[in-house]
Amino acid sequence: MGLTEALTKTRSRFSNRIRNLLGKRDPNLLSEIEALLIQSDIGVFASEQLTNALERSSPSEYYQQLEKELTHLLNLKNEETQDQKPPVVELYVGVNGVGKTTTIGKRGYMLIKGGEKVLFASGDTYRTGALQQLRQWAEEIGADVIESHYGADPASVAYDGVDAALARDVDYLLIDTAGRLHTKRNLMEEMKKIKRVLSNKRQDLPQETILVIDATTGQNALQQAKSFNDAIGLSGVTLAKLDGTAKGGIAIAIVKELGIPVKFLGIGESREDLIPFIADDFIKALFE
Amino acid sequence: MFENLTEGIKNIAKSFRGRGKLKESDAKRGMQDIRRALLEADVNLQVAKNFVSEVEKEAINRKIYESFSPAEMITKIVGEKLIGLLGEMEPLKLSGQPASILLVGLQGSGKTTTAIKLANLLRKQGRKPYLIPADVKRPAAFEQLRDLAKREELPYFEKRLDDEVNLCKQALTQSVIRRYDTLIFDTAGRLHIDREMIDQVKKIKSAVKPSEVLLVADSMTGQDAVNIAGAFDKEIDLTGIILTKMDGDARGGAALSMREVTGKPIKFIGTGEKSSDLELLQPERLATRILGMGDIKTLQEKAEKVIEKEQAEEFQKKIKEAKLDLEDFLNQIKQLKRMGPIEDLVEMLPGGQDLKKLMDEKQLVQTEAIIQSMTPEERRNTKMLNASRKRRIAAGSGTSVQDINQLIKEYNMVKKLMKQMMGRGPSTLPPFFR
Repeated sequence: MGLTEALTKTRSRFSNRIRNLLGKRDPNLLSEIEALLIQSDIGVFASEQLTNALERSSPSEYYQQLEKELTHLLNLKNEETQDQKPPVVELYVGVNGVGKTTTIGKRGYMLIKGGEKVLFASGDTYRTGALQQLRQWAEEIGADVIESHYGADPASVAYDGVDAALARDVDYLLIDTAGRLHTKRNLMEEMKKIKRVLSNKRQDLPQETILVIDATTGQNALQQAKSFNDAIGLSGVTLAKLDGTAKGGIAIAIVKELGIPVKFLGIGESREDLIPFIADDFIKALFE
Repeated sequence: MFENLTEGIKNIAKSFRGRGKLKESDAKRGMQDIRRALLEADVNLQVAKNFVSEVEKEAINRKIYESFSPAEMITKIVGEKLIGLLGEMEPLKLSGQPASILLVGLQGSGKTTTAIKLANLLRKQGRKPYLIPADVKRPAAFEQLRDLAKREELPYFEKRLDDEVNLCKQALTQSVIRRYDTLIFDTAGRLHIDREMIDQVKKIKSAVKPSEVLLVADSMTGQDAVNIAGAFDKEIDLTGIILTKMDGDARGGAALSMREVTGKPIKFIGTGEKSSDLELLQPERLATRILGMGDIKTLQEKAEKVIEKEQAEEFQKKIKEAKLDLEDFLNQIKQLKRMGPIEDLVEMLPGGQDLKKLMDEKQLVQTEAIIQSMTPEERRNTKMLNASRKRRIAAGSGTSVQDINQLIKEYNMVKKLMKQMMGRGPSTLPPFFR
């Protein structure tokens, strides 16, 4: 099928094509750039905006201009977090199958490597196997994990998690939650309860509420971010599964629309494969 | 699903409406809007371009510019094209003794949940499914399949081996001994560009010779859908696609992209978290939804699937005579539970907001516990519930006397509601109560 070939080739050809077109005053260059942006899942409206903004520049400056624009956009929101009083509680949320548990495992490793003491709590009491999965991660990287069981109230698991974190004097408590579609109202209510229980425990908890997004997700990721942000307030986003062919451009739309910073990127299956988000690298990868 | 694409097309149609003849420049702008709507719905750029140019060609050929209602015409063409792109409804091909189904896909696309749903469906059709957890890589993948299979009382291959190919071969032998006729292989989630793992699944494929190789894909997938589906199809030659998580609000344009790039049919869609939430794709219905003709038909058919007709008639009779007892109430609750996430359904009903509070999943579990702790007489006649009976029921169901009072209040409310609805004639009754 011709289309299949065309599509799979498109990606590898892009950078070459743009390089070739640069400086040639090719009228197709802008629509090529727009196509590239759309295909990275930034979204059609954001892509049109970004492309239209280039119209006044000369073609030889397009790429730099675009890079500048995106860097400005993404860096603006990436503030350093201030001193936090331990335990630092990080709550991980997201729809089903995005990679929350794996992200927590890797984040735990990142912290332990930096000399921190880490505790996991599995608030995913719905999916069988979720606790086992977290336990295996804990074992592999040397984190503690508090026990919970299938069907338990996730808010009470979070509550116990904080108690255990205080008693064991850990630096970080990472809380996993069950995957939930943002359209299920009762599950979003449950999420609010978890958050409420934490802040009742101590006002500054949780310090981080992180939405994990699958990098292959399209425009719906923006909807996910909006819904979770409305329900519980997000402090950051993590893009998982960036090791495929998806570019994760939807993260740009999220920063642009909601002003929620991207914190981490998941770039592979091993424990080292979670890296802090760096705008420059992300943008370069977008155009590769 | 697809609501937003529906909105998009509706808006386009609106801009055509009431203008008499359509100018060619208007048509061009209209096409641009359709392209945007498709892209917003995550249809792949290339697929969207092709689609729009086909619609445009068609529009011109049909002399839409002189048509009395250009909006209707465009809507019709867009609808026809969508149906065409989605393809025919195709059932599973199950040949071989035993027949094998191989499920492949990215991590987190929903393979294990889909495996359970498929097994459940096949069992309902009188087959003997056997689940094989062929993912030895991911932590706890085995446990997840095992626990779900146990919950649904479905047989699964229990042995744990390090080598996936060997495991699949042994499962095949085992199935012959135990006389299972349909094997479902739940393979490891893998990236379409992971050479080693793709080779592994190829080996499994040649060992078990499946009659179906199904790509399980997330309906929320974006532009990359074409790369994912294209690569899996090229490497292991798919026979079809299952789209998951269609109960979210993703516009689902990935369905169109994957269908177009592979030429393989979308066989099923996953529509919820219950093990029965797997439906055959019905392209016309999907296209109808895209064009904004509502969900009522879907809802009625979904309801019909779970309600035994006799019981429904009996129930109707009882409402007429206002003899709805708590036992019927419980039956209704159980039926509702079988229909999948309840709030989705209730939301689709006219005036469903009032019923909604009652139908919180957790509340239902409690309600069921309370009713089950009652004697049959008590269920039939709530008036006999005095304080000591209520205390006994509370102790038996792990609830409080207040909970029981609350339930009785709600039960009376529903009874009243039912009577009112009957008064307005049967057509105003929600479908699942008919």
